[in-house]
Amino acid sequence: MIDFGFSFSPSSRINLDKADKEKFLSLAALEPDVLKCMACGSCSASCTAGAFEDTSVRKAILSLQNGLSDDAVKLLNHCMLCGKCTMVCPRGINTRHLILSIQKIYGK
Amino acid sequence: MKNNILVIGGGPAGLEASAVLSRMGYNVILAEKEKRLGGHLAKWDRLFPDQTPAKEVLDGLLDGIKDVKCFTETDVNSINLLDRSFNAMLSNGITILADAVLLASGFDMFKAEKKEEYGYGIYDGVMTNADMEQVFREGKTFSPAPKAIGFVHCVGSRDEKAGNPACSKVCCATAVKQAIETKELYPEANVYCFYMDLRMFGRHYEDLYLRAQKAGIRFIRGRVSEVAETSEGRLLVKAEDTLSSRPVKVTLDRLVLMAGMRPSEAGHKVGRQLNLSVEEDGFFSSRDGFLSLQKSKLPGLFYAGACTGPKTLPDTFHEARSAAMEIDRYIKENFRK
Repeated sequence: MIDFGFSFSPSSRINLDKADKEKFLSLAALEPDVLKCMACGSCSASCTAGAFEDTSVRKAILSLQNGLSDDAVKLLNHCMLCGKCTMVCPRGINTRHLILSIQKIYGK
Repeated sequence: MKNNILVIGGGPAGLEASAVLSRMGYNVILAEKEKRLGGHLAKWDRLFPDQTPAKEVLDGLLDGIKDVKCFTETDVNSINLLDRSFNAMLSNGITILADAVLLASGFDMFKAEKKEEYGYGIYDGVMTNADMEQVFREGKTFSPAPKAIGFVHCVGSRDEKAGNPACSKVCCATAVKQAIETKELYPEANVYCFYMDLRMFGRHYEDLYLRAQKAGIRFIRGRVSEVAETSEGRLLVKAEDTLSSRPVKVTLDRLVLMAGMRPSEAGHKVGRQLNLSVEEDGFFSSRDGFLSLQKSKLPGLFYAGACTGPKTLPDTFHEARSAAMEIDRYIKENFRK
């Protein structure tokens, strides 16, 4: 290819038409509570790992809804399964169990 | 002697107040500009939060007004305050001398075509909350079955530029209700709600939200910025997913705009003749915001319902009943000494 001296930046726009809904539905079948997240941020606020590394259950769920599963897995990589997020979740989501299921379905 | 009370507006507020006043023994005359009584309620299919059929509520209201003189397709051509009673000339040629007047002129829906970027009236797939209720009420279905449908909250609400900085109060719950009903009709479709804040303040509203989430409805926090038509005639919708701080796009078959509440033009026509004051938002101003909510600044002229700002149906019914009590007190103090 001819080098014109410039390159294209990839779009940061999320395209929901291309989001993988099949995998998310299989996660929701296993963990119906994933649908109940109202993005309050309690989980991220209490996250022990989150103080040092980009770790957030809220963001991970959002990434999965947006079809960005690699981001989601990355956001949970530093989780130590301490379970504090499960304690604070007002919707009673078993986040600890959810994190394991996400790793199972989306992890490599 | 039975005192005449004129009720202007035959929507939920006017009907309920008329029923209470007529039970109290007053001679109630109701003027409604439309052909049918019931206002917007008559055009609705089911009501939030529990999907009660609107017809059930309307029938209940109509049961209460058997002794009320109802004039439909009737405007108030002129109205003025005489010594202490009101003289009103109706468009059907009847003149009424009323000792008290209840203004229950309600609201007009925000004209969604004003938000041109959403394409109402331009793209076939774009409709309003009222259009959607009509579809439900008539039992119509979309064919082919839509693959994706979106709901836009706050259309012409919380929007200074559109002339309405206030929240219309009922659209969040209406959007969530309609989203659930849509998902029930088309379980395979992806259903999205674009919201800025979810204002699910009433009893059972939060349950409705949870129900929608469990049904798989996707809530995207962000205001739709633009809508365009694709070459296949579908709708390309752009917004920001503010929770991930990234722009988002999605192709939809239908987009439902939650048009908010604006003061009714018919109410303003009456208000101008009596010099009633309106606030910056265009709705009538009560004598005060706490103890005299149903009173206007004019003795003998009372308010009920959405003519003093957006209200839910239960709020409207509370106001209608308390307005009837205020009118009763006013008549007893001023006409029966």
